[in-house]
Formats: sequence, C-alpha cells, structure tokens
Amino acid sequence: MPQKHLLTRRLLGTTAVATAMTGVAARAQIPQPKDVQTAIAPAPSFPGNLDMNLDVNGRQHRLSLDPRTTLLDALRDHLGLTGTKKGCDHGQCGACTVLINGVRMNSCLSLAASREGDKIVTIEGLADGEKLHPMQTSFVHADAFQCGFCTPGQICSAVGMANELKRGVPSAVTIDVAAAPTASVDEVRERMSGNICRCSAYPNIVAAILAATEGVTK
Amino acid sequence: MKAFTFERATDVDAAVASSAKPGARFIAGGTNLLDLMKVEVEKPAHLIDISRLPLRDIAETPEGDLTVGALVSNTDLAAHPKVRERYPMLARAVVNGASAQLRNQATTGGNLLQRTRCPYFYDVAKSCNKRTPGAGCSALQGINRMTAVLGGSDACIAAHPSDMAVALMALEATIETKGGSKGGRKIAIADFYRLPGDTPHRETNLEPGELIVSVALPPPPAGQQTYRKVRDRASYAFALVSVAAILDLDADKRVRGARLALGGVGTMPWRALDAEKGMVGAEAGDKAFAAAGAVAMAGARGRGGNDFKIPLAKRVVARTFAGLATSISKG
Repeated sequence: MPQKHLLTRRLLGTTAVATAMTGVAARAQIPQPKDVQTAIAPAPSFPGNLDMNLDVNGRQHRLSLDPRTTLLDALRDHLGLTGTKKGCDHGQCGACTVLINGVRMNSCLSLAASREGDKIVTIEGLADGEKLHPMQTSFVHADAFQCGFCTPGQICSAVGMANELKRGVPSAVTIDVAAAPTASVDEVRERMSGNICRCSAYPNIVAAILAATEGVTK
Repeated sequence: MKAFTFERATDVDAAVASSAKPGARFIAGGTNLLDLMKVEVEKPAHLIDISRLPLRDIAETPEGDLTVGALVSNTDLAAHPKVRERYPMLARAVVNGASAQLRNQATTGGNLLQRTRCPYFYDVAKSCNKRTPGAGCSALQGINRMTAVLGGSDACIAAHPSDMAVALMALEATIETKGGSKGGRKIAIADFYRLPGDTPHRETNLEPGELIVSVALPPPPAGQQTYRKVRDRASYAFALVSVAAILDLDADKRVRGARLALGGVGTMPWRALDAEKGMVGAEAGDKAFAAAGAVAMAGARGRGGNDFKIPLAKRVVARTFAGLATSISKG
C-alpha cells in the first residue's frame, strides 16, 4: 500500500483488509502465486531434501524441501503465500489456519511432506477470481478485525467451521450432541476458540461469522 | 528440530516393517509429535507417515461393537451418528479437548498416545524423568498446579492430558494393534496405560514398533452417560478435573449400575472401580454421590499446587452424578 501520512481508523482498516484478504482491491499490489513462483528462487536441492508436489489453491507446485519444513513454512517461505500467518508456531493461536481438503487445520503442525496429495486452500485461494468469498465480505462489512494479523486464520477457520456445522459436528456447548447443531453466538465462540485475536476484536468477528453462516445452517 | 528421514507408508505391514529402523517413529496427525520435535523433546531419526493407511472407517460389528479406525480424526469420531447416539460421553469428551483445528487433524490412535503437558517435560532446561530417565523431577517441588494427584510416584506426577481416553476408560474400549512380538493383539484399555513408578518414560504397554490400528467400543452399558470438564478457561484448555460418568437407576431410584473415570487428576486416564462398586444398591442422591467422590479420591496425594484438585474432583463427581439422576428422573 502507498504510504499515508494521516492514518485514520478507516485507512488502517483498509490496509488490514488488503493485507489479509488478497482481494479485489489488493490484486495489483500483492504478488499472486503464479508470479511468485518465478520471483522466488527454488530452494537448492540439498542432499536429504524431499521432492514433493503440493496442490495449493488449485495449482500444483513442485518443491524440494528439508523434511523438517512445515506446511506453514512451505507456504510462506517457498511459495510466497504470506497471507497465512505464523503466530505461535505451536498450534495454539490459529493464525496459520488453512483448509486441507475443505477441513480447517493448523499448517504449523503439519509437515509439508505429509500434505502431498491433499488440496490446500489458503486465504489467497478463497476468493473466486475478483469476487470475494462471502466470509471475506462479511468480515469487511462487520469490521471484524483491528490489526489484521489473525484475520486470514480467522476467515479460513470460519469457512471450515461453517462446513462443520453443516455436517452436524457437535461442540462442547451443544446441549444435545445427537441433534443437529445450529449457529448461535455461544456455538461460534466455542467453535472459534482455536483462533486468538490479540486485539480482542471478537464481538465483530462473531457477528461477521454469524451473518455469513446463517445461510449455511438454515 | 533435529534432522530426520521421512517415508510415507503404503500399507500397515510396510509401516510395521519400517519401524525397525533406528529411531523410527510413526506420525499421523502430528499435532503432538511435531510440536514436541520443535522443542527437541522428541528427536526421531526417521518418521513413518501413516496418515494414508486405510484406517479411517467407523464400522459396527455383528456383536454390536463399534470399531473406530486409528486414523479417524477426533472430529469425525465425535460427529459420527452412532457415537453421538450411543456413546454421547465420548462425543462430549472429544469436543471438550483441544481446538477445532486440532481435532480435525489429530487421530484416535494419536490421542491415546499423546504426551503429558507438564511444563517441565517441555522445558529441556529442567529435570524430567519422563524426558530423561534418572534426571529427577522438577515438578515435585516446582509449579505443580496442573499435575496429577492419583497414580504419581516420587519420579513423576505428570497428568495424562487426554479427554477422549477418559471416556474410553469408562466405556471399556479395546485397542487393537499390529506388529510387536505377537504380530498384533487386542489390549483392554484398562491394561494399556502404565503408572509412572520409577520408569515414567514408559507410558503404555505398547512394544516398540507396535501400531494401533483400531479402537473397539463394546455396546454401551445401560443408563445415562455424560462427560463433564472443569478447566481454567471456558474452552480450549486442559482439564483441571474431568469426569466421565454413567448412571443406571431402577424403578425405586436405587443405583443399578455406575461407571466413573476421571481426567486431569491421574498420571493415566483414571477409572474409579471402587467408587462404582460402592454406589450399587445405594439410593440415588447427594449422600451416595458424595460418597462416590470420596471413594474415587481416597488414594489421592497432593503436592502443594495441585492440592485443590482433590476436593474439586470430589465435588465434580458428585455434581455430575446428580445431573445424570436429574436427567433420568425427567425421562
């Protein structure tokens, strides 16, 4: 983003949206995966490296990586997909949440080599071309972020959460675990407890997710 | 993280065969193992990725058991219609553990084998007999609020962290394996875990290279069942105390049968058989439920920071049974 001398709350918000969502407005500034592929030098093939194919946002990537490389580090450091954030690197904060075969997981607790053959979707892959994913739109409308660092993980997690509600996955606050769960403030707060927001933007995050999820469970 | 070599196993036999390599470990969800590798508490020389093995089914046997493949995710276990209907305490226990992302990734077999969250086990600058046999235990005189009050020894008081395994204890699950000296066997969960004694680094009776392939749940015993967890936060925290309980009452509201297992308080998922036996025939009510709590915690020993768990566990046991009795009387 161009430098601004007078940063207002609205401008800060816009910056956060662009950073976090790689959406319509941000397309021009943020390198896309296909550009990144040529921009970043492929990792040198050290002895002991593993050759692997990763399917990320619908594209196949051939990589040669140290077996210790986590999926998170592969995405950020080797594919240039820096929308996925590294917070704690121990599965406690949720900033690294991505969708693996449609299911939300912490990319910091997966080895990249273990994810060969899976379909990985990051925040950069949620939008349909120029059209934001409904969960992204809902976060924008509800102003569901402050600094924006946790937002990509929050949005990927929320998309996965909506799918889980649809499948009837119970939660710790579901009173009758045998019945179909429905979206509510309590359910969303419980189901999103794996995503920490240091700014504590939770009221708006919950509102954004409820607004986008209602269509899924009703 | 220490360097390792990596292979993806194509079938169960190949995985078991590869486990003979020096320093080999199986990895499935990896939520615990990879985390421990990052802090170099775990240092495998070779990882066998078993995540693609065909162990993801939940199936009913002709005998009425429910067989859960070792690679069924925690989420898929809790979401399965038969688990939600017949084993609600198991569904509740699972969704009370970890976060949604972790439950999506973590497996049934891996959950059984997860390591303690004792901070001294994680901190390589501190002594821990579980991490380095013979090194000593920093928790005994240290910050031990989260540690166990049942089953501990002078070598180790680390609490077992699983919620799922507590429900499996109460449900008398059986663990099926491949590999090891017998080529595979069935182990009752009551015989699966070990008390720390003077070998706290050995947490289960699995042999080297023995691979969990499934967990079998026998038909649920009669009665109402639930799982109740008390923790520092409303969500996404390990148990201070948790209770898996089943209560069956006759027409006169006397206890016909009961099951009780506790989490957060034991060095292994803790079955309270004496408390169960003591309840049978008693009139359902506060007196019998308080007695059950007292019997369950009779052998408990606090180490300072964790003393509060003993009265807390007694109360949670009593309250959980009282809740079940109320639910039964409402029909």
